[in-house]
Amino acid sequence: MPDTTSLIRPLVTLRGVEKRYRNGTLAVRGVDLAIGQGEFVSLLGPSGCGKSTLLRIIAGLIDASAGTIEWPSAMHDARGRPERSIGFVFQEPTLMPWAGALANVMLPLRLAGVPKSEAADRAATALAAVGLAGFEKAYPRALSGGMKMRVSIARALVTKPRILLMDEPFAALDEITRFKLNNDLLELWERERFTTIFVTHSVFESVYLSQRIVVMAARPGRVVHDIPIEDPYPRGESFRTSAEYAAQCRVVSRALSEAMAA
Amino acid sequence: MSNEPPIPNADPRYFGLTADGWARVLAPLLVGLLALGAWEWAVRANDVPSYILPGPVEVWNTLLRDWHTLSVSLGITLQITFAALLVAAVLGLLLAVLFAQSRVVELSLFPYAVILQVTPIVAIAPLIIIWVNDVRIALLICAWIVAFFPILSNTTIGLNSADHNLLDLFRLYGATRWQVLTRLRLPTAMPFFLAGLKISGGLALIGAIVAEFVAGTGGSASGLAYRILEAGYQLQIPRMFAALLLVSATGIAIFLVMTLISHLALRSWHESAMTREKG
Ligand SMILES: Nc1ncnc2c1ncn2[C@@H]1O[C@H](COP(=O)(O)OP(=O)(O)OP(=O)(O)O)[C@@H](O)[C@H]1O
Ligand SMILES: [Mg+2]
Repeated sequence: MPDTTSLIRPLVTLRGVEKRYRNGTLAVRGVDLAIGQGEFVSLLGPSGCGKSTLLRIIAGLIDASAGTIEWPSAMHDARGRPERSIGFVFQEPTLMPWAGALANVMLPLRLAGVPKSEAADRAATALAAVGLAGFEKAYPRALSGGMKMRVSIARALVTKPRILLMDEPFAALDEITRFKLNNDLLELWERERFTTIFVTHSVFESVYLSQRIVVMAARPGRVVHDIPIEDPYPRGESFRTSAEYAAQCRVVSRALSEAMAA
Repeated sequence: MSNEPPIPNADPRYFGLTADGWARVLAPLLVGLLALGAWEWAVRANDVPSYILPGPVEVWNTLLRDWHTLSVSLGITLQITFAALLVAAVLGLLLAVLFAQSRVVELSLFPYAVILQVTPIVAIAPLIIIWVNDVRIALLICAWIVAFFPILSNTTIGLNSADHNLLDLFRLYGATRWQVLTRLRLPTAMPFFLAGLKISGGLALIGAIVAEFVAGTGGSASGLAYRILEAGYQLQIPRMFAALLLVSATGIAIFLVMTLISHLALRSWHESAMTREKG
């Protein structure tokens, strides 16, 4: 079991979290996990081990059947959830096809009642931050897969959330686009240091990006390894080609094989 | 229309249309002219009396000669059709929104909408005409009954087709029901609503005409159906054809207008209205 007490200031703490879906599937059981403020954590595991379930529980989109999810009290809304301080990125860009890029990014602000002109300014800044200045008016169908994903990230970051949850955001993209987005995401993270939980199937991606990799096993979904990746940032191509990176990938791969055999 | 691809930089255009575009316009036109020519020739060659089958030239002349009476009737039919369509669109949309808000309401009311839809309009039109004093209102109700269902059912499906991840996203940001409705469900339902409107446009005209046939000469509304009946009684067959021509032309015009509205409303984002690049 990972030692969750050693973290100084956890942003979100899961204790004994369990999720049984209505059809009886036990998706995750006994998950204890603390995510530190500003940490970049990857959730890695075989398909069906409950990564998405866990992420959705943390986002408050579904309720846990048992266990608790704790946030710092300063972030609470009336229901004890972190108010609008969560950004979520799905595997698909999940944009509104009838709205342009800017209007899509403005959505979280508009829903929160931010006046239109202020929302537009902030959304334009967020779009520029993901490298899409000049594409404000473009409709999703006129954007490539990678660009749509950037819009989706801009939308998740436009509220300046304390935590960014990403569920296999780049899985559908080609490798070159994925590398580029990995680098750009890291750059944004280094600048803003929002806490990030990044769900992925890819050992390489998780090692490249994260400070810590939480490896999960299936049936029932649970945490089996918690591996720190202590290499310094910024991580660029030199890190991707380093022996250190290869060694870390081997360690994580082995942990993942173990998890799949467990 | 929408499935006519704009040509990036290939095929040359002649007077705004490509060779393919012209073929699409000219081929059916040619067939129509040939058919009309054959009809005119057959009528003349066999000396068919005009109270049995008038030739197209005579029909056209009658249309011009009786334009005054016919145009008044056309106006009345158009009024009833569009009023029925408007009411169908507004009520269909409102009811669909209500259904989307409450499953109980949907479950308890939808069967009745289906009953309204499957009952032949000719069977209920006499009742409605008896119950409602004003014939025009009666005709409007009949046309509305026919036009209502496609809009209701289409829009209901549309409102429930919102992307699940987007719904989650709205929930994550604490969106109110109203925000979910106006910013997510209604835009999603828009193409469905417009498709329903396209079907209902033609149906409203059919409803208006059929109901007027049922109302018969007792009515004082005198739309196009009344003119057809009247011409039939008086054996003024050319006039009957002229009225028929107007009904068809109206149906085609309504379809084209609806298609245009739908295209204009959706062209910037929806697949159905997209102009595709030729590959
Ligand atoms: N809505 C649901 N109802 C019932 N069972 C579900 C539901 N969602 C997920 N499950 C089940 O819960 C388990 C965990 O699913 P989850 O989607 O969290 O896995 P995952 O790790 O994200 O998988 P993947 O990598 O394929 O996305 C699976 O066995 C899945 O079948
Ligand atoms: Mg998943």
